[in-house]
Amino acid sequence: MRKGQSWFNTTSVALGFAFLYAPIVILVIYSFNDSKLVTVWGGFSTRWYVELLNDQAMLDAAWITLRLALLSATMATILGTLAAITMVRFGRFLGRSVFSGMIYAPLVMPDVITGLSLLLLFVSIDIDRGFWTVTLAHTTLTMCFVAVVVQSRLVVFDRSLEEAALDLGCPPFKTFFVITLPLILPAVVAGWMLAFTLSLDDLVIASFTTGPGATTLPMKIFSQVKFGVTPEINAISTILITIVAIGVIAASLFNKRREVERQKAERLALQG
Amino acid sequence: MVGPAIGPVRRAFAPWNDPSAKPFIEFRNVTKRFGDFVAVKDLSLKIYEREFFALLGPSGCGKTTLMRMLGGFDEPTEGSILLEGKDLVGIPPYRRPTNMMFQSYALFPHMTVADNIAFGLKQAGMPKADIQRRVDEMLTLVKLEKFARRKPHQMSGGQRQRVALARSLAKKPKVLLLDEPLGALDKKLREETQFELMDLQMNLGMTFLIVTHDQEEAMTVADRIAVMNNGVIVQVATPAEIYEQPNSRYVADFIGDINLIEGKVASAGEGGTRLACAATGATVETNQTLTAAIGDEAWFAIRPEKMRISRDAPADPSVNALAGEVWDIGYLGDVSIYHVRLPTGATVKATITNATRLVERPISWEDKVWLTWSRDAGVVLTR
Amino acid sequence: MAAEAKDGSGRLRWLIVAIPFAWLLVFFLIPFFNVLKLSFSTRARALPPYKPVFDFADGIAGFFAKLQQLTLANHLSLFTDPRYVEAYLSSLKIAAISTVLILIVAYPIAYGMARAPREWRSMLVMMVILPFWTSFLIRVYAWIGILGNEGLLNGFLLWLGVIDQPITILTTDWAVYIGIVYSYLPFMILPLYATLEKMDDTLLEAAADLGCPPIQAFWKITFPISLPGVIAGCFLVFIPITGEFVIPELLGGSGTKMIGKTLWYEFFNNRNWPLASAVAVVLLLILVVPIVLFQNAQKVSEAK
Repeated sequence: MRKGQSWFNTTSVALGFAFLYAPIVILVIYSFNDSKLVTVWGGFSTRWYVELLNDQAMLDAAWITLRLALLSATMATILGTLAAITMVRFGRFLGRSVFSGMIYAPLVMPDVITGLSLLLLFVSIDIDRGFWTVTLAHTTLTMCFVAVVVQSRLVVFDRSLEEAALDLGCPPFKTFFVITLPLILPAVVAGWMLAFTLSLDDLVIASFTTGPGATTLPMKIFSQVKFGVTPEINAISTILITIVAIGVIAASLFNKRREVERQKAERLALQG
Repeated sequence: MVGPAIGPVRRAFAPWNDPSAKPFIEFRNVTKRFGDFVAVKDLSLKIYEREFFALLGPSGCGKTTLMRMLGGFDEPTEGSILLEGKDLVGIPPYRRPTNMMFQSYALFPHMTVADNIAFGLKQAGMPKADIQRRVDEMLTLVKLEKFARRKPHQMSGGQRQRVALARSLAKKPKVLLLDEPLGALDKKLREETQFELMDLQMNLGMTFLIVTHDQEEAMTVADRIAVMNNGVIVQVATPAEIYEQPNSRYVADFIGDINLIEGKVASAGEGGTRLACAATGATVETNQTLTAAIGDEAWFAIRPEKMRISRDAPADPSVNALAGEVWDIGYLGDVSIYHVRLPTGATVKATITNATRLVERPISWEDKVWLTWSRDAGVVLTR
Repeated sequence: MAAEAKDGSGRLRWLIVAIPFAWLLVFFLIPFFNVLKLSFSTRARALPPYKPVFDFADGIAGFFAKLQQLTLANHLSLFTDPRYVEAYLSSLKIAAISTVLILIVAYPIAYGMARAPREWRSMLVMMVILPFWTSFLIRVYAWIGILGNEGLLNGFLLWLGVIDQPITILTTDWAVYIGIVYSYLPFMILPLYATLEKMDDTLLEAAADLGCPPIQAFWKITFPISLPGVIAGCFLVFIPITGEFVIPELLGGSGTKMIGKTLWYEFFNNRNWPLASAVAVVLLLILVVPIVLFQNAQKVSEAK
């Protein structure tokens, strides 16, 4: 059997992508529906976006969510990178299996369990719940994802680059900042982006660990969605989808350009 | 095995034969263990200033570990490593006056060629103008003046190898460590570069320590070679001695092609050794002085090119000779390898240099032939 | 490591381990023991709504006295009260059926992607990942508008004339299955694609050369080779689906019993924290087996 397009392969991929994208496309289209009824097309309109702009509670929630995601993703990136270094570089140490267990378990742990356990912690040490407790919770969850992403880069990192720096007189701490970090930076950035989106997206853990005055956007959306579909939610969803799509496409175009440049460089090298 | 110099002598440089010479680098009873695995076993070795020294052996023999301990990347479990008489143990790699050229080159991919070469100089706190001058000097040395602004991935394998070399030489290290430096190059380029390395070492007057698994490379570049196996040094000697006077079957077999014939010592002592070989059904006579008891197990080692092959029986019946039949011929262009089957069933290899283009009647398959060799053509080995 | 110790970088090294370790200990491991402890407590009309509350002021005697107030009642009720037993079993059933459904849907897609022209493949992979980056909640929400009684699907089917009155999909288990398959599909496609894409084409050519027809070649060559991807994908979706809350809450009805939902209700609606903790502990015990199996499978595939 040759690699190539058979009608079966083409059809299954086409249907698969139709399934993946149809709901999103429909959601976006209906955000421009003038009618309040989701199923009736009442003509093109941007009134739900205008309404959204006047919904102070929704905007507040969005602002809190954004700050939360920026802060927790940054903290998670620092902690997760340290954790990745620990796992890849420090060989065996006391409690290593406990450590790697604590890194991998949150990845598959149901959110309800993580959320509940963190809430009970915050209650038992009696701190006021709100923005900060959610930040701590998100940092804890997302640092494990960062650790895994950075770890997979560090595993294939050529150690002799660091040894070469040491050999040329560069002390270990400085070597990390001038050699290692610049080279694993793409993975660290990818980890940060993953942490950012996970924090942006989280409903369950935030619901458990939040307190008065810190309602995140997913919580706000969830509470409205329970009462059915509203075009305003479609509108805010469309905005979120657009932002993410632009981000992901820009990142992949950037990668593509780098790839083209690399190929050009290789041709140059062959010419001598 | 110190003896009269045999074979071509590269230059009149042999401090290892001078008992008053001070070693530049000295490994003293060095042992390195990784968990249960012993990579280097109670090893002692002296290397002299301006020497081009090769560590040769199969992968996993401990040669790389030995070099990495000198560079400071691994610390010995026991023993000490001295450079100019000072113990290096405990000094981190970034404070050692050695530099290493890595097998993978380890060029920093996010820096230009010039920045790579300047890296070590910057760490040493050299003034900017001096760095610039030194970088230019190094680029000239490796003939890469035009490539200063390029990144490593924009260069060919051979060019990268030269950048790595320039980077490791820039700080004028007391010892340059070369870890399989030419392993990634193709055969032709590798051979050219070997001669360039030799010239460079001679002109700079530096001490080079090279790790390689390629015996030809070691023979070409090095003043002396240490053949390693399982964490110990089996023999340290000049390339010619290693080839002509291997001290063991391991070394004889590892370097080049050889016939190893098992036998029992028939007579030994001053004036010659006689070895009765059941495999060939004959007794081998050599001029070698061997300390062994009669009846001891020993091996006669002879290189295929040291055997003469002919259709005629030797005129002198006292010469070492074997009669057999040509079983196989390998034609390699410059030489031909003959596999000669003896009546006992053993096979002996002999090579002929194809010195003339047209031979009237070359020796062919199933020809009855005689193999002869002189009394000093081979060595008797007891281990 | 003597070299590093001399420079004080030994201390640095210690810090690098200690910071993330301590963080996870405080915010991940200790909370679990806290949940475990609480699951043995009793509900109380107080703040916090459970007793006993341990306090350092109690002293050792007080500690033991309170220790005796701990009870297994919560755990026992989970196994005796049919509501909870049903929720656990139903969660496992839904997770198992969904996993099989996802595998059936994902396999042809991953296979088709792996056979697509080389220059398209990275784009296709990106298109599978793209929905994953967009909000999970929004993607589930999108189905409400489609599956409802007045939703687009019913409208479409009515228009086609396949049905003459709307069928109820939303608020049934069907909607939950659709939502789960939709949301977790990328997690199955990606590991499958990774193994299928690596497969050497000449294996199939060799099979054909030796007289094996394509369909047989699929079952004898392709599928066994993709098995590591199948296993990874199944664990990757099964574990989180078992504890899923958002999908059954939004798409399922009151008849949809899932343990994540039960935990949420016990906690937020009934404010029975000890019981919610017990639910979490038992759920965790159920999931420990697949989690350990998953980590072992990962180790095996890494070792290869």
